[in-house]
Amino acid sequence: MLVISCIKQVPDTTQVKIDPVTNTLVREGIPFIVNPYDTHALEEGLALKDRYGLRSVAISMGPPNTVATLKKACALGVDQAILLSDRAFGGADTLATSQVLASAIERLAQKEEVGIVFCGKQTIDGDTAQVGPGIATRLGFTQLTLVDRIEWLDLDKKRIRVRRKLEGRHEIVEAPLPVVITAVRELNRPRYPTVPMRLSAELTEVTVWDNQVLNLDVETVGLKGSATWVSKIFSPERDQGEIIGDGIKDPVGTAHLLLDKMLSKDLLAI
Amino acid sequence: MQSHPYFMPLLLVAVLTFCYSCYQRLQLVTAGAAENRFDRPGERLAGVFSYAFGQRRVLSRPFGVNHFVLFWAFLLLLVANADFLWQGLFPGSGLSALPEAVRHPLELAFDLVSLLALVSVLVALARRLFFAPSYLGNDYTKPCSGEALLILGMIATLMAAYFLMNAARLAPGSQTWQPVSRAVSFFLQGLPAATLDGVASVSWWAHAIVLLLFLNLLPRSKHMHILTAIPNCYFRNLDHPAVPPREEFQMGNRFGVSGVEQFSWKDLLDSFSCTECGRCQDLCPAHNTGKSLNPRRVVHDVKVNLLEKGGKPLIGPKGDGTSSEESLWDCTTCGACLSVCPVLIEHLPKIVKMRRHLVQEKARFPEELLNLFENMEQRSNPWGIAPSERGKWISVLGERSFKPGETEYLFFVGCAGSFDSRAKQTTLALATTLDRAGISWGILGKDEICCGDSVRRLGNEFVFDKMARDNAAMFRERGVKKIVTACPHCFSTLKNDYRQYGVELEVVHHSELIAQLVGDGRLKAPKKAGQGKVLFHDSCYLGRHNDTYAAPRAVIEAATGGVPGDFERNRENGFCCGAGGGRMWMEEQTGARINHERVKEALKQQPDTICVSCPYCMTMLEDGLKDQGAEKVRVRDIAEVMAEALNDR
Repeated sequence: MLVISCIKQVPDTTQVKIDPVTNTLVREGIPFIVNPYDTHALEEGLALKDRYGLRSVAISMGPPNTVATLKKACALGVDQAILLSDRAFGGADTLATSQVLASAIERLAQKEEVGIVFCGKQTIDGDTAQVGPGIATRLGFTQLTLVDRIEWLDLDKKRIRVRRKLEGRHEIVEAPLPVVITAVRELNRPRYPTVPMRLSAELTEVTVWDNQVLNLDVETVGLKGSATWVSKIFSPERDQGEIIGDGIKDPVGTAHLLLDKMLSKDLLAI
Repeated sequence: MQSHPYFMPLLLVAVLTFCYSCYQRLQLVTAGAAENRFDRPGERLAGVFSYAFGQRRVLSRPFGVNHFVLFWAFLLLLVANADFLWQGLFPGSGLSALPEAVRHPLELAFDLVSLLALVSVLVALARRLFFAPSYLGNDYTKPCSGEALLILGMIATLMAAYFLMNAARLAPGSQTWQPVSRAVSFFLQGLPAATLDGVASVSWWAHAIVLLLFLNLLPRSKHMHILTAIPNCYFRNLDHPAVPPREEFQMGNRFGVSGVEQFSWKDLLDSFSCTECGRCQDLCPAHNTGKSLNPRRVVHDVKVNLLEKGGKPLIGPKGDGTSSEESLWDCTTCGACLSVCPVLIEHLPKIVKMRRHLVQEKARFPEELLNLFENMEQRSNPWGIAPSERGKWISVLGERSFKPGETEYLFFVGCAGSFDSRAKQTTLALATTLDRAGISWGILGKDEICCGDSVRRLGNEFVFDKMARDNAAMFRERGVKKIVTACPHCFSTLKNDYRQYGVELEVVHHSELIAQLVGDGRLKAPKKAGQGKVLFHDSCYLGRHNDTYAAPRAVIEAATGGVPGDFERNRENGFCCGAGGGRMWMEEQTGARINHERVKEALKQQPDTICVSCPYCMTMLEDGLKDQGAEKVRVRDIAEVMAEALNDR
């Protein structure tokens, strides 16, 4: 059985700046990292490999330099790394991206049963949290989002029970395999690569699938297949802050002023 | 007189078993990994004279005098005992066949030296019995261990037998050059000749048998050091004992040490050279605060493991022959053990080698380190702050980039000096002080990357190797010749560790540069009192690792007009702040906190200011003072003290 981790190479957003003139991301010299949430998706796939002997596969869609990210996955111990890369895939939004990833998973499923697909809950560059659910919908897999713990996995009965981390509460749900799980940080602690694994990853071939392999309608992928596109990027301007009252001389009065202000602007949701 | 028929076979058996034991141990040692310790023989020999024959480190503690006496007595009596055995085989030959003019002074010397040896053995025995220092014992041995008492007893017996044997042979009233033996002979006066013969014979045999037993006990006990300590001094690390060897990152290699046979032969020789004196344990900050590390135990465990031919895990659940992972992570790499060991054992590199295995082959380390390692790899600083923030502190001074060919000093600011808000004040203080002296300096700004000190000490050599190569390439590319830094960790790493990468730079710590500028008159020493009572805390990486003790004190003196006070434990005996060796980035969960211990030591003297020369010490001591409710005591870097004094003028 396969356990697939979908990972994305993203610019290190702490270092990304927006060019004030062109309003585009300045990516020059910015290092790429594995999307932090995806490192948890990767770790859980590897943990299931270690525990149940599943075959672990990492896939990523992106430009050719994404090989670096997939090699990191190899250094951590995945059995196979697949890069989905084609000019036709470029400029994709979440819809078109999940289309390509789903089709690659389908292709893998032709040879070996897919049990679980892990994704990070969202990426730190796009922040949409749509690709995981998008893959699940296209594949017809059950989607278990925001998972912070796998309660149990029964490979004979092909069922899984997970805990979802929601706002202010947890939810425990059970589902039949195959499933798509999106990971939150609490799911696990990602492992650190050993040096022998890093060195062997250097020599590992990353499988590259382009559109000749996946054979998708070019109208459904990349920019053409995207339902949304980025028209402008800008840093939102924030109003100057203000100091209300005198918190030292009159703390109670100041607290009242602050409450009134928040009520008047409808900032307190009830 | 004739040789006793039993003596020759006895001697033969004793010598052969001794040789066999030595051979066995030599084989164990030579099975270790290769390491070149044969270069620069002149320098090595000089070290042997100073450390072994001169007993330099032994004498650094008062009781060492006793060992000095015993050591030299042993060397002289080696001749006497060789002669004793020779004459056992061929009576009447050897020294006794020498002309009187030579023989008499020798007899006198042996007689007196034997008395000295006896006295020092009795003193040693009394020390162990009645006033043993706490560091002699630990969890695997006691000051009055059977082995220690047996050895001391044997030496005392040898001396007593020697005197008795001579005394019994002395004819009453005859001329003798053996005053001690003569004194003993008074007790034998009036005994019949046959009894005297018996006493002589019994004491001769007692001497012979104890001597041969002693010979065979040597290789099987801590007294192996009698054989190995001198070679161990010869093969010492001439370069920098805290700099671990480089590793080659190729498929099929092993990374770090997980089995005793992976240590170098010198590491293994070290383990046979330990005399169990306990001085390393006495100074170790981890051991002193109740943690599981004991540097003496690490070396002992290597020996036990080696003698059992690796039958036990080298790293695993704590036990005889096995170091626990916890103990390996306890080390602050302060180097106290290295600096105090009388026979120059290198504890620290062994710990780093074992850490290397844990990090690089097992990916097993305290969980706090995961973030550190990721941050170092991704953003080249321990906090994971964006590299573009690195040069921001300079904005108040304007643009100060290092320009190849124009700028004299590269100011290597370091991660703490660039990102830590408290350390940034030191950075600015140093910058303004250098400006005052008219020094040409510049920074690399966002292009500066971490020197890699923490990751190297933590055993993540793979990441260190990359950082060092990147830094080396950048220094070459930009034509950097001179570096000044306010961080002793950057200082020591760039100066010592980077030599392995072909980087030969003139690296100075800011204490040295400021002291030199004051000395040259380029900085007018303001001698402005205002810091109150000042204590100076030695940074391990500046002091012990680089022997720089005077410069920071000179800076404080120049700035304040007063000689700073010292901690009770200072200079070579200084006590770590607790942050070295990557401990800065780890929690301290076992025992007392090292920085609390250090702060309490300072508070005994009620200082107003504690001066430091390292950003880690700054953090640790400030935190320690807060925890002890003593925030009114200031912690100041020496550069701040100087800058404050210069500005007040």
